Amino acid sequence: MKLIRTIAVAGLLLAAGFAVPRLCATEIPQAERRSGYTFMSPDTKAIQDDDTANPGMLWVLDGEALWKRKTGTADKACADCHEDARASMKGLAARYPAYDKTLGRPVNLEQRINLCRAQHQQATPLPYESRDLLALTAFVAQQSRGMPITAGADPQLEPFVAKGRDTFMRRQGQLNLGCTNCHNDNWDKHLAGSAVTQALPTGYPLYRLEWQSLGSLQRRLRNCMTGMRTQIYDYGAPELVELELYLMSRAHDMPIETPAVRP
Amino acid sequence: MWLAAAGLTLARAASAQELRPYTITGDSIAESLTGAPGDAVHGRALVLERTSTCILCHSGPFPEEKFQGDLAPSLAGAGSRWSIGQLRLRLVEASRLNPATIMPSYYRVDGLERVGTAWRGKPILTAEQIEDIVAYLATLRD
Ligand code: HEC
Ligand code: HEC
Ligand code: HEC
Repeated sequence: MKLIRTIAVAGLLLAAGFAVPRLCATEIPQAERRSGYTFMSPDTKAIQDDDTANPGMLWVLDGEALWKRKTGTADKACADCHEDARASMKGLAARYPAYDKTLGRPVNLEQRINLCRAQHQQATPLPYESRDLLALTAFVAQQSRGMPITAGADPQLEPFVAKGRDTFMRRQGQLNLGCTNCHNDNWDKHLAGSAVTQALPTGYPLYRLEWQSLGSLQRRLRNCMTGMRTQIYDYGAPELVELELYLMSRAHDMPIETPAVRP
Repeated sequence: MWLAAAGLTLARAASAQELRPYTITGDSIAESLTGAPGDAVHGRALVLERTSTCILCHSGPFPEEKFQGDLAPSLAGAGSRWSIGQLRLRLVEASRLNPATIMPSYYRVDGLERVGTAWRGKPILTAEQIEDIVAYLATLRD
């Protein structure tokens, strides 16, 4: 812990703009990384573990129905082009956000699905956090359950991972906190009643008891930004996708849990 | 859970106001920011209020409060460990005492990045609120 504290100071100097070599910041050692799941009460764990009790499975089932439904001017279903999601979407969520050649930047899974809606189904994009977009995303991501996260490995993504990391390390908002102050330096502590955790996004979209709904990783990030009293990025903003990408790269090799459950 | 509080702040944070001048001597601010002593009873209520943010990080002698933080030392006994002037500087600008601290500076509007519009240009607490909290902390003696 002493070591972690010392390193934490280096991270803060970095945040303050001092030249500190990039790698000496507060990163959590690989062997100490823990999914948010491990911080939960046995009752909440049991909800995630049992598909018949996990409310997130309702969205997955909806997503499966949407996958097969024809829509848009093209009158095509996802299944018409991608066939059985169990094969075609297997492992896919583990490598998202991924680099999009046409746009020249990373897109997250929701954005990728909406690209297919617009370009291949000729339908209007689904709004962020809408039931249908969450359902399709959960259905696609569930096909990667148990598979190791590889997002961020693509060398083209390097500058975007670095930007996400910068946002994570920088102090901001009226409370003058950085994500790192809580999630790297104090992950084993409690903010009022809540376990702080390591902010490893292994289970999104996930069912949060507090939301009484499924929600995306961006919704979670915006929640933390509200707590910090910062200017909150819009859904889909490049900065949020970069942050997602960085967080996924921090969770490299950890298994996907979608649809996870959190307090 | 810590997010719920944020929305309420708007109503509370009073109108944008000029910060009152103060003088730091050593590790403390000797003079009251308002020129008058604070109200300790009100100060206790403020410490417990979610919008003040204290008990997100701190615990203390608050048996009625189920959710207290453990990111920071307990406030119990703070009045024995610190003088009123030291407590005042700690609230006004904790980063003067420890540049790496996570404790926010409650009476400061400059040097902050990307502050949300609802909070921009306003200190987290008003001078009166700081004096009330300081008065309360001073009563926390072992
Ligand atoms: C008309 C055919 C067509 C339809 C319908 C379609 N897609 Fe696609 N999809 C593609 C093609 C082609 C690509 C490859 C990228 C590109 O050219 O846009 C793709 C790429 C993808 C990818 C990224 C794959 C990767 O390897 O990164 C995902 C995820 C995806 N589609 C999901 C969906 C979902 C969900 C739906 C239904 C809402 C859907 N697609 C509907 C043709 C289609
Ligand atoms: C003051 C401490 C604090 C700061 C600063 C903070 N968070 Fe959080 N964060 C929390 C707490 C507490 C939770 C758990 C919430 C709960 O369970 O109620 C959380 C949850 C999360 C999660 C969900 C993890 C999971 O298992 O699903 C992610 C991801 C996250 N935060 C990312 C961030 C990012 C990115 C930032 C910076 C923009 C940030 N946080 C800033 C305290 C903080
Ligand atoms: C984001 C977390 C955080 C918040 C919010 C916070 N503090 Fe602190 N506070 C700390 C930490 C950490 C310390 C330990 C010293 C340091 O790191 O600066 C501390 C130290 C203190 C001390 C000195 C404790 C001692 O006896 O050594 C007092 C008094 C104090 N805080 C009062 C408050 C009050 C009153 C509030 C609300 C207006 C508050 N703090 C809000 C994190 C916080």
